[in-house]
Amino acid sequence: MTDLSPDVVLSVENLSIDFTLRTHILHAVQNVNFQLKRGKTLCLVGESGSGKSVTARTLLQIVDKPGRIVDGSILLRNGTKVTDITKLAPTGAAMRAIRGKRIGLIFQEPMSSLSPVHTIGSQIIEAIRLHSDLDKKAARARMVELLSQVEIPDPDTMADRYTFEFSGGMRQRAMIAMALASNPDILIADEPTTALDVTTQAEILDLIKRLQVERGMAMLLITHDMGVVAEVADEVAVMRFGRVVETGAVDKIFHDAEHSYTRQLLASTVKLTSHVKAADSTAALSANAPEPVLSVRNVSKVFGWNNGAKALRAVDNASFDLYPGENLGIVGESGSGKTTLGRLILRITEPTEGKVVYRREPGSEVDVTRLDKHGLRAFHRDARLVFQDPFASLNPRMTVKEVIGDPLIVNGLAKGKALEERVAELMRLVGLDPLGMERYPHAFSGGQRQRICIARALALDPKIIIADEATAALDVSIRSQILDLLLDLRQRLNLSFIFISHDISVVRYFCDRVAVMHKGRIVELGEAEQICTAPKEAYTKSLISAVPNPDPRDKRLMHRHRFVAPAIEPAHV
Amino acid sequence: MNANDQITLSPTASNIDGPAISPLKKGATVSTAAIGPWRLIYGKLIRQKVAMLAGAIILFLYFIALFAEFLAPALPATSKPQYTYAPPQGISLFTTKPDGSSEFQLHVKGYKVEIDKIALRRSFVVDENKIIPIGLFVKGPAYKLWGLIPMDRHLIGPYNLNDPMYLLGTDRLGRDVFSRLVYGTRVSMSIGLIGVAVSLVLGVVIGSISGFYGGWVDTAIQRVIEIISAMPTIPLWLGLAAAIPLTWSPVNVYLVITVIVSLLGWTSLAREVRGRFLSLRGEDFVTAAKLDGSSEMRLIFRHILPSLTSHILAVVTLAVPTMIVAETSLSFLGIGLKPPVVSWGVLLQDAQNIRTVATAPWLLIWPSLAVVLAVLSFNFFGDGLRDAADPYDN
Amino acid sequence: MLGYIGKRLLYMIPTLFGMSLISFMIIQLPPGDYLTSMIATMSESGQAVDPAQIQRLKEIYGFDDPFYIQYLKWMWGIVSRGDFGWSFEWNQPVSGLIWNRMGSTLVISLLSLIFVWAVALPIGIYSAVRRGSFGDHVFTFLGFIGLAVPNFILALTLMYVAYRYLGQSVGGLNSPEYAEAPWSLAKLGDFMMHLWIPIIIIGASGTAAMIRILRANLTDELHKPYVITARAKGLPEYKVILKYPVRIALNPFVSAIGWVLPHLVSGVTIIAIVLNLPTAGPLLFRALVSQDMYLAGSFILLLSALTLVGVLLSDLLLALLDPRIRFN
Repeated sequence: MTDLSPDVVLSVENLSIDFTLRTHILHAVQNVNFQLKRGKTLCLVGESGSGKSVTARTLLQIVDKPGRIVDGSILLRNGTKVTDITKLAPTGAAMRAIRGKRIGLIFQEPMSSLSPVHTIGSQIIEAIRLHSDLDKKAARARMVELLSQVEIPDPDTMADRYTFEFSGGMRQRAMIAMALASNPDILIADEPTTALDVTTQAEILDLIKRLQVERGMAMLLITHDMGVVAEVADEVAVMRFGRVVETGAVDKIFHDAEHSYTRQLLASTVKLTSHVKAADSTAALSANAPEPVLSVRNVSKVFGWNNGAKALRAVDNASFDLYPGENLGIVGESGSGKTTLGRLILRITEPTEGKVVYRREPGSEVDVTRLDKHGLRAFHRDARLVFQDPFASLNPRMTVKEVIGDPLIVNGLAKGKALEERVAELMRLVGLDPLGMERYPHAFSGGQRQRICIARALALDPKIIIADEATAALDVSIRSQILDLLLDLRQRLNLSFIFISHDISVVRYFCDRVAVMHKGRIVELGEAEQICTAPKEAYTKSLISAVPNPDPRDKRLMHRHRFVAPAIEPAHV
Repeated sequence: MNANDQITLSPTASNIDGPAISPLKKGATVSTAAIGPWRLIYGKLIRQKVAMLAGAIILFLYFIALFAEFLAPALPATSKPQYTYAPPQGISLFTTKPDGSSEFQLHVKGYKVEIDKIALRRSFVVDENKIIPIGLFVKGPAYKLWGLIPMDRHLIGPYNLNDPMYLLGTDRLGRDVFSRLVYGTRVSMSIGLIGVAVSLVLGVVIGSISGFYGGWVDTAIQRVIEIISAMPTIPLWLGLAAAIPLTWSPVNVYLVITVIVSLLGWTSLAREVRGRFLSLRGEDFVTAAKLDGSSEMRLIFRHILPSLTSHILAVVTLAVPTMIVAETSLSFLGIGLKPPVVSWGVLLQDAQNIRTVATAPWLLIWPSLAVVLAVLSFNFFGDGLRDAADPYDN
Repeated sequence: MLGYIGKRLLYMIPTLFGMSLISFMIIQLPPGDYLTSMIATMSESGQAVDPAQIQRLKEIYGFDDPFYIQYLKWMWGIVSRGDFGWSFEWNQPVSGLIWNRMGSTLVISLLSLIFVWAVALPIGIYSAVRRGSFGDHVFTFLGFIGLAVPNFILALTLMYVAYRYLGQSVGGLNSPEYAEAPWSLAKLGDFMMHLWIPIIIIGASGTAAMIRILRANLTDELHKPYVITARAKGLPEYKVILKYPVRIALNPFVSAIGWVLPHLVSGVTIIAIVLNLPTAGPLLFRALVSQDMYLAGSFILLLSALTLVGVLLSDLLLALLDPRIRFN
């Protein structure tokens, strides 16, 4: 067991981990093998529940209670000797000497991974002094140096701030500085950019990759995003339901995958890098019917006191048209105002100014912002919303039949036998078996729940569907299925979509035209292909170029556009 | 879960198409797919042994309260001055006949008088030689069940009405502590229930007004709640209870005490209801229902309240013991319920003097045990209910 | 930070106002007023009633005025000259009677609070970290008992046990020989010997509640990502727990003063009546029974104000402990 080849720093052999739960034993990890090599990055990729995070945490023996190692070994090179981590006591001194000192760890949620009541600096200093005998002063100097290495401006001042005073990207930088505090030779990054915006993601990936190369560390990067894999990996291990189904060099995985699951995962990802061509082009449709079904004009929303010093213009003077049969994408990073804009159109949130004109039939016009309660209810029958979180948007105490049937009942459209038939029809329409009608939502998976939500939206024969991040909570393979379902429904039911998303690839695949939002404003609006391939505005360029490309032969992040926000923040009045 | 995202009718343990799981024990797992929320809650509750035991005890106490007249061997106010501070007797099953053989005969032992030569006090002790035969379903003092049905059968009692049977001893006036405890159960347990009902109505009404109107109405109500809950309860209770005129009838006093106790209890309920209401209001599924065209009423009754009821039930259960303790404390101090009404607190009033307790510790022990048992049971049961209240939370 | 303190202080004003209103309502609650009944009793027993004295009292307290004028007069007396009204039973100003009693109430309440914290903190941490262990079960069970036994029953039981098995009566705060003696080391020692019983009794249910709160909060915090981060740094387990999750679980612990203190003050009131301690409790009780309403109302107001000060202190402590509160 002592003969690791010279470039291998850590070797995982036949690792199996079980979780003994109340009702059953979950074999979270089964017979997993991989090796981490000096100066190389191994990406552990898989969808939710594949066991990739548990595997990573086991390397440090910090898996929470019901989980335990049942088989296998984790061999760590220790100078000329080799230590088996699984043999060490989890709370013993030997294990603690490995944590932080030999293996550093970065998490997904930088906000909750850092203590909210200690300053950033003190948390890093603690990590430094734990594995060295530097005095307080020297440790502080080292901490400041680390913060400047992770490109935190004015590190001496920022060190005395708390996490809640940092932005998401800055927090993750601080987290990286902490992981590097004792110069570990292995870095584990567990979904380090998942909680971040795409432009921030690009910067953090850049930083991690650069630090890794400079320091010659071995890195284990855990992700669900094949794009990220293509950008940073040297080698890839694909996990599914606790097993590694395929391992190999990154180029081989992307261009010559053997396992069907790998190919399927890749296909779902790659599919989203292109734009779907609808059979009867919407361009033709909109040419025939030039009058938009929905016109948004100069809509703004100010939170806080009107025009006060702290007032925030969440949406600033937004205007666009939605044509019948069109898919319009609204894309932007967190805080860009895209979700608020969607809610303003439906008046879940009341707009501060501007108007929304809805044309049910050509020639008839209603100003949604002036509708009374009754008129608004009629509008809500025609314009429906699909939420992001399929778990929160379904009442857990109502059966699927009650959920889908509720809009029909309250609008007095069907009851009794007719209601049941209509619900069954809707369920078939979204690809669900009507036999599941009497079940409660908790019995369904995320993708199935989102189908239920879509069925509910369709129940009233709407004209417009506003989908707010409707696929963001889903795994990539499920995501493309839901998108295809929506495309199919648009064809069959002649719907128009407003598709709100932070995910450029989803928007590119699904939408005909795209509006790009930044700090409350629509900065660019145009054909999806044009926005995604030849953007005009500087912000859009930086956004598009920050999207990882799922092809290791064409790494986009290396030569991306950087956008520097104007000094005057337009979002604040 | 599986990649083609088709509906799976039964959870499979297949290694290819789902996470690998194996059952803890052999045997089929029950699918909860079509089980309603209340059955899930019940299923979760029934797994908690302690909570179930506590629930059984609560039911038992209310059973005693319901049939107090029948279960008590004597009337609560009947005093026999010849038996003051008589100690408790134990029930024995067999008597020894003169020929030495045993015979089954329920009985208690009688009393004899002993004079303490030093303290010069007369006291009763159980006389092992006196046998008082007792029986089940015997004729005893006449009573009206629930004040309506005239009866004279008692669950247990001496065959001879004049024989002393004091299972838990007697008090200063020679009244049977056991019978008084049984009657006290009715008063104390019902005050808890009625008090909580009044609190709940106040809490729900005020909480809904607060949540419905929002704005300054909400702010004002919240401030009042804050003020009331920041004031120490006992001084406040004392102040309110002391204002009850001495001339009022026991029934009036009972009602007013209930109101006083619940007057301070509703704040926590209102707060809880409001908090849950507001958080549910912001849930996506409520917004979805609103967009479906549901009216405000339907939103509340069809979508919000069903998710709220189990939590309210738990909070209410946990509030009952506060009410019971409040009544007990007030009555104990002599400004709550007053004799001739019998409650656990009124019984404890006899235990105020430590010298009395030293002579007749049963005056302290049994009513205290009753209070503790009731409070403990409600706490355990309420806790179990709270844990089970959200069937979808793992 | 200063702004925060100022805001908290301002916030107290309407609350105090509300409390004073409630207290005054209690003063007004008994039917008839004390003056009338006093005159009746005095003339019944043949005592001379001094009409001038009555007239003076009537004017001061405005018994003929409407409710709000009487309230304003009472409040004005308190705010302008510390005059809480007249105790008819003791025939002296209320302010001469209350301060000693409030002092001892404050001391016992604060000592009980310290007792609650000192006991609940280690046990709560132990129970959360060793959740499900034998010790946890024992403490949980004891906690439930502590919550379930009303404190006056606990007091009676302890008194009975002490009387029966130790042959001494526990009551008061000083042995008879020290009762009238000036304060000395010996008296202080005697005082301390008497003090621990009421403190344990008063603190019992609060301790039990705090253990439950800390245990629940700490259990939640123990699985937060920042704990895993601390562990991944290589910190020893005890440091991981004490420095991070415990520190954060302390927040609800500190803010619990808001309800623990009213609870303790309540406890002091009833326990003092049972154990005959020279605090506000027995005097308040006596005043209520004899309907000496200014004395009773003043006690209720001051006891409420006491808890309010406690809440303010907990707010400030919380701000010191948690930068998120300090900065927002």
